[in-house]
Amino acid sequence: MDFLNALVAFTNFVIVPATTYGAQLALGALGVTLIYAVLRFSNFAHGETMSFGAMVVVLVTALFQSRGITLGPLPTALLALPFGIAATALLLLFTDRAVYRFYRRVKAAPVLLVIVSTGVMFMMNGIVRMIVGVDDRRFADGERFLVNARDFRAWSGLDEGLAIRTTQAITLVVALITVALLFWFLNRTRTGKSMRAYSDNEDLALLSGINPERVVTITWLLVAALATIAGALYGLDKSFRPFVFQQLLLPVFAAAIVGGIGNPLGAIAGGFVIAFSEVTLTYAFKKVITYLGPEGWSPDGLVQLLSTDYKFAVSFAILIIVLLFKPTGLFKGQSI
Amino acid sequence: MTHVTRTRAPLYFAAMAVLILAVGLLQSWNSALSILNMGLISAIMALGVNLQWGYAGLFNVGVMGFVALGGLAVVLTSMPPVPAAWSAGGLRVLLALAVGAASIAVSILLWKRLPRGRARGFILAAFLIVAFAAYRWLFDPAVAAIEAVDPATSGYLGGLGLPVLLAWPVGALLAAGAAWLVGKTALGLRSDYLAIATLGIAEIILAAMKNEDWLTRGVKNVNGLPRPVPYEIELQQAPWFLDLMQQIGANPVVGSTIFVKLLYAFFFLVVIGVIVLAMELALKSPWGRMMRAIRDNEVAAEAMGKNVTGRHLQIFVLGAAVIGFAGAMMTTLDGQLTPTTYQPLRYTFLVWVMVIVGGSGNNWGAVLGGMLVWFLWVEVEPIGAWIIGLLTAGLEDGSPLKAGLIERVAYMRYLTMGLILLLVLRFSPRGLLPEK
Repeated sequence: MDFLNALVAFTNFVIVPATTYGAQLALGALGVTLIYAVLRFSNFAHGETMSFGAMVVVLVTALFQSRGITLGPLPTALLALPFGIAATALLLLFTDRAVYRFYRRVKAAPVLLVIVSTGVMFMMNGIVRMIVGVDDRRFADGERFLVNARDFRAWSGLDEGLAIRTTQAITLVVALITVALLFWFLNRTRTGKSMRAYSDNEDLALLSGINPERVVTITWLLVAALATIAGALYGLDKSFRPFVFQQLLLPVFAAAIVGGIGNPLGAIAGGFVIAFSEVTLTYAFKKVITYLGPEGWSPDGLVQLLSTDYKFAVSFAILIIVLLFKPTGLFKGQSI
Repeated sequence: MTHVTRTRAPLYFAAMAVLILAVGLLQSWNSALSILNMGLISAIMALGVNLQWGYAGLFNVGVMGFVALGGLAVVLTSMPPVPAAWSAGGLRVLLALAVGAASIAVSILLWKRLPRGRARGFILAAFLIVAFAAYRWLFDPAVAAIEAVDPATSGYLGGLGLPVLLAWPVGALLAAGAAWLVGKTALGLRSDYLAIATLGIAEIILAAMKNEDWLTRGVKNVNGLPRPVPYEIELQQAPWFLDLMQQIGANPVVGSTIFVKLLYAFFFLVVIGVIVLAMELALKSPWGRMMRAIRDNEVAAEAMGKNVTGRHLQIFVLGAAVIGFAGAMMTTLDGQLTPTTYQPLRYTFLVWVMVIVGGSGNNWGAVLGGMLVWFLWVEVEPIGAWIIGLLTAGLEDGSPLKAGLIERVAYMRYLTMGLILLLVLRFSPRGLLPEK
């Protein structure tokens, strides 16, 4: 019985949140990886892109709510998602035309493009803050819990409750659908194949008549969708705060690199590796160990390996360790 | 200095001086000198980044971390020690840190010495788990004891109580040490991995400074850091100063604040003079030529027998030391260490804008960029507010649109800085003062 309680506590506080967070990171890392594979630079503006997409979703959600349009038990944000994707797509295409295209034409060094992307980051940061300010916004509505702790206790007869929030379930479902669609697109459609060809060998792809500008446009469209979904899911799960999205840049990059940058499968694996390490290393295991230990005994401290403030340190440490032993990441990098 | 720089640089610096004088005349001399002082510190940070990027093409996105280490150095060097905290757990904390460092060294040795295979992984993992447990067993009680000592005013170990000017080179040393660790692990990898690695180390340094209260008081901040110049209040009571103020017919209260700022400006100008001189000499030496050769064509330089990774490590550490020096100067100027204020947008990316705008590879460019971009950073908000004020003059006071617009002006600086960076990169990629 105590073992089951420990298991439930562990699921409740580690497995469920880490899976959700991992899915969000994976979607973010997929965007970074696609840009890297096709446009060949690390996009520092990706955190702000997620922030912009999430912001549009927040605003459209508020509009729908004020008109009384809801999805019943599901969050209204799901209805607003396509609008967010469309707005982000417009923004990214505009940025590409106004900024990145020039550097592509002059074949600038990748590191210069990274610096250019920090300029874009600055501007997006300013735009988002000028539009919505810096306050915390909660925009999740509908049913709060899919599995409620009290109901779970009554059903299972255990002391420990299991709670799964609707947003957590939705994160997983939406992420699964998104990833499935992405892989179907990359592997099965003609356009997706031309993207992969372009990423693998640019010259050969050009020779066989693939239009590079079209490949780039499609990449930005995919990135817009991935970034908006990732940003909106993260915002639904926690709350929308522009400041936080900038901090997400490190774990997102870490996920992409740990998995092998340029490799979509790797981005997903990397997202979960980073998320699970962050959550397990900063979780206080006191409760779980108390259940497992002898009756009436409990550990003195919180049994927390690292304080929560160090979660970025965890992503970074994993990044370094993986790079030291497998410089191309867990999956071989740089291939769509 | 080449021909173009020789004609342009004095002109631009004169224009910069006019801008600062204009602030003095239109706003106040206090704000003008504040801009000058922070501009000089920013210029030193830009010189550090220029050393890494302009001379060697190394992309460091961890400027914030090195600046923060400089700030930490001020606390560790100049604050008086807290004897009660030291007796409560000081030595135990040091012992714990030594154990931690030793176990990392041993695990590296184990990895190198043990034969390859699965056993190696298990032995190493077991060793690390035991070492981590030992470290925490030593560390946790000591930290709890230190933080329990008078938490409202101290709750940390304090510093060494040395003169604050010593903290500046100490800041450079701390930053150089961190840079050596990053460089050792990341310089062998591809160039954008160095960027991500520095981004990561900056976040870790910041997390540690916010969280390790026994060392930095964390988010409780360390106030009242010693300063290398007299206090305004002392000046206002000193007869010689009052005489001086009377002679030039100035208000002693305002005069004292300006006098203090001028003293800081003097210190900063001396530092900047020494650094620019050293960097110019280095650039013209065989070493500087080798660095640029490596930057422009790594493969060719390697074929000539140059140790590219070694040189990169060297210049990365030197650049970080300059940034750490500037970080210590900044914290000294502020008189307090507030870990929460370190933000990458402000300390990493803004310094990058300075280097790019000024002209990467050119030291005078870095100084000019530092001063100019800092000026814009401070002045964009009042200028923006003024423009918005003109535009919304027709709207009645208290209308939500007007209030909203005025509130949004604060974020205009990010937008403006991003725009400036993009425009310079696109239309004048070599910056205001190009490299020769």
